[in-house]
Parts: sequence; C-alpha cells; structure tokens
Amino acid sequence: MIQILPAGAVAPDENLNVLVLANDADALSVPLEGVDRVELQFPKFTDGRAFTQARLLRQRRGFSGDIRATGDVLIDQLVQMYRVGFSSAVLKEGKDPADAERQFARYAAFYQGDAVVTQPLFARS
Amino acid sequence: MYQYTDFDRQFVRARAAQFRDQLDRWQAGKLSDEELRPLRLQNGWYIQRYAPMLRIAVPYGDISGTQLRALAKVAREYDQPDAELLRDAQAKQLALGEVPVPGGTPVVTHLKYGYGHFTTRTNVQFNWIPITKAADVMELLASVNMHGIQTSGNTIRNITTDELAGIAVDEVADPRPFAEILRQWSTLHPEFAFLPRKFKVALNGTLEDRAALGWYDIGLQLVKNEAGELGFRVQVGGGMGRTPIIGTVVREFLPWQHLLNYIEACIRVYNEYGRRDNLWKARIKILVKAEGQRYIDKVEQEFRAIVELDGGPHTLTQAEYDRVAASFVEPAIKPNSRKGAAAQVHAIVKADAEADPLYARWLQRNVRAHRNPELRIVTLSFKRLGYAPGDATADQMEAAAELAERFSAGEARLTHEQNLLLPWVHQEDLPELWAAARKAGFAKPNIGLLTDMIACPGGDFCSLANARSLPIAEAITQRYQDLDEEFDLGDIRLNISGCINSCGHHHAGHIGILGVDKDGKEWYQVTLGGSDGTELSGPALPGKVVGPSFSAAEVPVVIEAVLDTYRRERRTTADGKSESFITTLRRVGIEPFKAAANGARFVERETA
Repeated sequence: MIQILPAGAVAPDENLNVLVLANDADALSVPLEGVDRVELQFPKFTDGRAFTQARLLRQRRGFSGDIRATGDVLIDQLVQMYRVGFSSAVLKEGKDPADAERQFARYAAFYQGDAVVTQPLFARS
Repeated sequence: MYQYTDFDRQFVRARAAQFRDQLDRWQAGKLSDEELRPLRLQNGWYIQRYAPMLRIAVPYGDISGTQLRALAKVAREYDQPDAELLRDAQAKQLALGEVPVPGGTPVVTHLKYGYGHFTTRTNVQFNWIPITKAADVMELLASVNMHGIQTSGNTIRNITTDELAGIAVDEVADPRPFAEILRQWSTLHPEFAFLPRKFKVALNGTLEDRAALGWYDIGLQLVKNEAGELGFRVQVGGGMGRTPIIGTVVREFLPWQHLLNYIEACIRVYNEYGRRDNLWKARIKILVKAEGQRYIDKVEQEFRAIVELDGGPHTLTQAEYDRVAASFVEPAIKPNSRKGAAAQVHAIVKADAEADPLYARWLQRNVRAHRNPELRIVTLSFKRLGYAPGDATADQMEAAAELAERFSAGEARLTHEQNLLLPWVHQEDLPELWAAARKAGFAKPNIGLLTDMIACPGGDFCSLANARSLPIAEAITQRYQDLDEEFDLGDIRLNISGCINSCGHHHAGHIGILGVDKDGKEWYQVTLGGSDGTELSGPALPGKVVGPSFSAAEVPVVIEAVLDTYRRERRTTADGKSESFITTLRRVGIEPFKAAANGARFVERETA
C-alpha cells in the first residue's frame, strides 16, 4: 500500500536526495542517479500528468526509490496513485486518512496491468 | 451478447459501493462539491438545468431484455421530479416561447419525466433522478450488469461500434470482442482517469463506415492486409465541437495483437502533451493538428518502448481473443413454432401484413439483410410525433424488452441514430413482429428518412445548451408527417445540437442545426453537406454554414426551403429513382440551397 502522510506532518529530511519534478518535465530523460525520492505534483487533482510520470519512472525506468505525490492529493485518487507507482502521498489539509484505507480493499483486482501488477488480468489467470 | 463473468459482476457491484461511499462522504461534508464533481462524472452523474442527469453506459449498444426492464424500473420509480421542481422548470421553459409550424400547431415545451433517452453514443440518460437516490439506482443497475463508469469526465468513455457488429453482410471482422477487450482495459485505468479532456473510441467492422470513425478521438477500422492478416487502420484526432476536425490516419495497419499497446501509446502522449490551459483546445484533435507528424512519431516511439522495453504486457494473445469472442454466444434462432391453429393465425397475420402498404414500406426502411440469410435485422423506430428523438417511457422500454425476448433472442441494440435494433429476427417472424411493433408504436417506417433525425436534449434539460433542440425537432417532425412526402424526399440525415458541444452531431448531418446564443435569445445556425462517413454521405466531412443564424420560428421554414430546392434540382438516375439529397447537393453545390435558406428569412427581421 501507499504510505499516506497527513498534511503538515512531513518533516524535511536533509539526508535524502529529493528530486522535485515539474509536471511538464520528461520523466524518461531526467537523471536519477543518487536520487532517493522523486516528488511529483498535483497542482489540481484533475491534472493527471503525474500519473504518467510516475508510471514511466517506476515501470519503464525501474526507479526503486520513493515516488511521492504532493499538492492537491485527495482520498479518491490514492488507489490509482499506488497503481501507477507512487509509494507515498501527502494528503491535502483536512482529509481523513481513515477514509483512505477502505478504498484499498474495495476491488479484488483490476482489468489492466499497472506499475505494481504489470500483467493484465487476462494474462494473470 | 457478451456474457458477464463473476469478476465483471463483482466489479460493477464494487463500483456501486464505492460511489455510495463517496456520496456518503460528500453528504457528511468530507468531500466538497468540487471534489465530488469528477467522481460523480466518472459514474455518469451530471448536474443539469433543473435536476441531475444520469448517463448509463451501454457498451457498443448491446442491451438485453432484462436490462431494458431494469431501465424501465429506473424510469418508473426514480425518474420522478417532485411537483414543485417540475412546476418551476415547466414555467421557465414555457417562458422561452413557442416554435410555430407552417400549417400546424405551434410547439411549446412540455417537460416529461419517467423516461429514458437513447444517445448517439449508445448511452441511456435520465433527467429527473434526485441525487439522494443515486446510490440506490447504481446498485439496481449493477444487479443487471449495468453501470455509469466513465460515461463522463475526462476519461476514456463508453466504447462504440457500428450497429451491425457481428451480423452485417459486408463485415471484415466482428468488432465486438475488440470493443469488449477495450472496455475492460479502459475501465478504471489508473493512468488515464484525468486526461486533458474526454476521450471517445469507436470501432467499425464492416466495409462501410457506420460508426462515424472520422469524428472520433480514436477511430479503429478493422482491415485485412495483403497477407490476409487482421488488424486496424487507426485514425486519431477527430472531433466535433467548435473546431470540427476529421481524424488523421496514423497507422494504415496495426496488427490486432497490438491494439492495447498502440492505444496506450496514443493516449499516454496525449496525457503528457495535450493542452490543459484551455478547455476548448484540450481535445486530442488540437494536439494532433498542432503537432502533425511529430505526434505520430512520438506515438510510434512510445509504442516501440511499450513493446520492447516494457515487454508489451497487454499484447493480445489468441487465447484471450478466443475467450472474449466465445463469450458472445451466438443464439440459435428458429422461427417461432407454429402448428395447427397457430399456423393458421400466422397465415392470417402474414396475409394482413402483406395487404398493407405500410408493411411494404416497413420492410423497405426498417428491415435489413443479415449475414445469416434466414435472419433479418430490424430497427424499431424511436422517432415519432409526440416523443423526442430517442425517448422511451417505462412502458415503452418494457414493450421493447418483450419484442426483443419474443423475436430476437432477448437482445437489442441501441443505435447511433437513437433507435433500437433487433439483431436476431427470423424472416418468418416479420409479420408478427411488425404487428407487435406497430401496436407498441415502434413501427414507423422512417429509418434513414427526414424524421429519423438525431437530436440532443438541448436547452430543455442541458445546462450547457444555448438553445432548445426538442421543440425544433418536434416542429419539423410535425411538418413532415406525410409518409408519401417523406419517402419522396428519401434518404437524408438531419442532426440537431443545442450547443457547439455537438452531442446531436450537427456537423455530420446533411442538414445540421446548431443552437447558438445571441443577446440571451435562442438562435439557430444551419449547416449543409456534412457527412458521418457512410456510403450514402461520403467521406466524413463537416457541413458548411449557411449565413447568419435563424430564429426558432424561421427554422422549419428554412428546412422546407432547402428541401424544396432539392426537389427542384434533383435528377432521376438510370434506374428510375431520384438521386438522394446529399448527391444533389454535392453535384450542384451549396449555393442554390443557401440562397433558398436565406430567402426564407422573415422579412420583418431584415427590415428591422
């Protein structure tokens, strides 16, 4: 599951090498050597570019560090964030992490492959 | 039709439960209106002019009798406004005024409720369900394998095919298994739930394009290459709206095994580079138009990376194709058995039908050949005076379910033209079906004729609309009630949209009517010569605008003037028939039609 961090509880970690990636940055060409964490942005929760960025970083480039969702991060996008390769998410102010947990138990599986389960349902069974 | 697996069934039920959870949190104040908005849209719930609207997906139009009965239940029990809301809405609509009909009764808006509306993209819409009943309705629908998943929002929308999928005489290959594979792949796709804008995919399996492929974000034509292998010609970047554009062919031949890999590449590049700064420039058509070959190169590069670097996890196997194809169980069709007295009744029904000229007209317009020579494809007309195009009441949906069960193995299809088609009718059952359809009011022999028009719900319901569509549709329908006249006018596509979002596909109509707003009043722009891409209409093409817009009162008169011009200009072809409206228009050009339309403007306005 994705690590859910309540807003304001995130202390800066000076020992980590954090790469903050803009929405229009090319996830395929950005250097990742020595990077511990990539932070991707949701300027609005309806801006879906970071979903593609995360998937390319995780699945195509095999980045094994932390991929963190920041910005307008809400409960109902957490499952899809997890599926495209995010490993942590900083929840927007005022959102209750308790509402998040049951969302992860909702679906037994999904049809299409993703960054976590790369094979689609039809190739799994 | 496709048989749901246990997994499919549980999935739509989980979706209904998820939506209930979201609505509960919204009502508890944990989700703002703005935060709920995309979530409800991704389940088909809009907020409209007076009440919410629910859009239910009917993937590639396939619907069972059981599902039609469930929709009837939704209509009867849930599509019910409270009296005060209805009174208020009716008063506001009446204030918009009436549409006069030359020689007929002026049309005013009478808001109805308790019915479903068939859309051009094979969805069914309801207009009056209170949001407090939304979760109950989604659970009811899930119990018959229906849902509103991705019928709205900036997502991959309901997948459509040509209406003759799997039954056409001229079929290259059955598009339904591929449509179902695409439906499953696109359902709750984690990467593509927040695209720059909505995304529509259509497939066509026949030689003739009956799916309006050129008008889609992605249009997929099944083709065979020289080696006889099956694949797709892929068009990307078509769309209507403010900037009508016909899709670009980005691949002449894509092996079917790579369908999902290639579509993933097309949509990923769009998700990364599509514009998000301007709603009107956010569709993929704008990206493809702006980038041209660079878009295509980028897609090809991404496609190779998906296959070569990611290992092509979604490459389709023969086993997966076979599994899905096998779930489209072909019904065994025999004529309804008739022995003894039943056989005598059949003989009487048949003789009655054959003595009636309306039956001959029905056979001509509403019945088509089937790839199985024993069978026929029958279209039930939902274009009749007194009902908006594509509207069906609870009783009518139940009557349609009964016809599907009695005559078509329990299966019907929603069509792009907002009718209901029965795909498995035995030829010997045609007289009984005609009699039963007539009784139910679905036997009007007008398929493909003027009154078989497309219309969106327009300004009577939709908050996006600039003007009403339905009174215009009704006025024209009322004017052209003489079947002899309609048959004489022949094949014609009349499409009406209440705003530039083009849900009524006005760009693709031979005659298009578009509602526009000037000074807070309703006006209508008329276009001529558009095409959806069928053999009748020619390659997909937007119509050309005829001068400044017309008032509602002028529209029926203008349409009459345009049709009179056709009658004057048309030629008789070698076989003694008249050439069609669109053929005449293409031959003589738009000018005489335009002149007639402009000449029909009311003099008062010109001098005012």
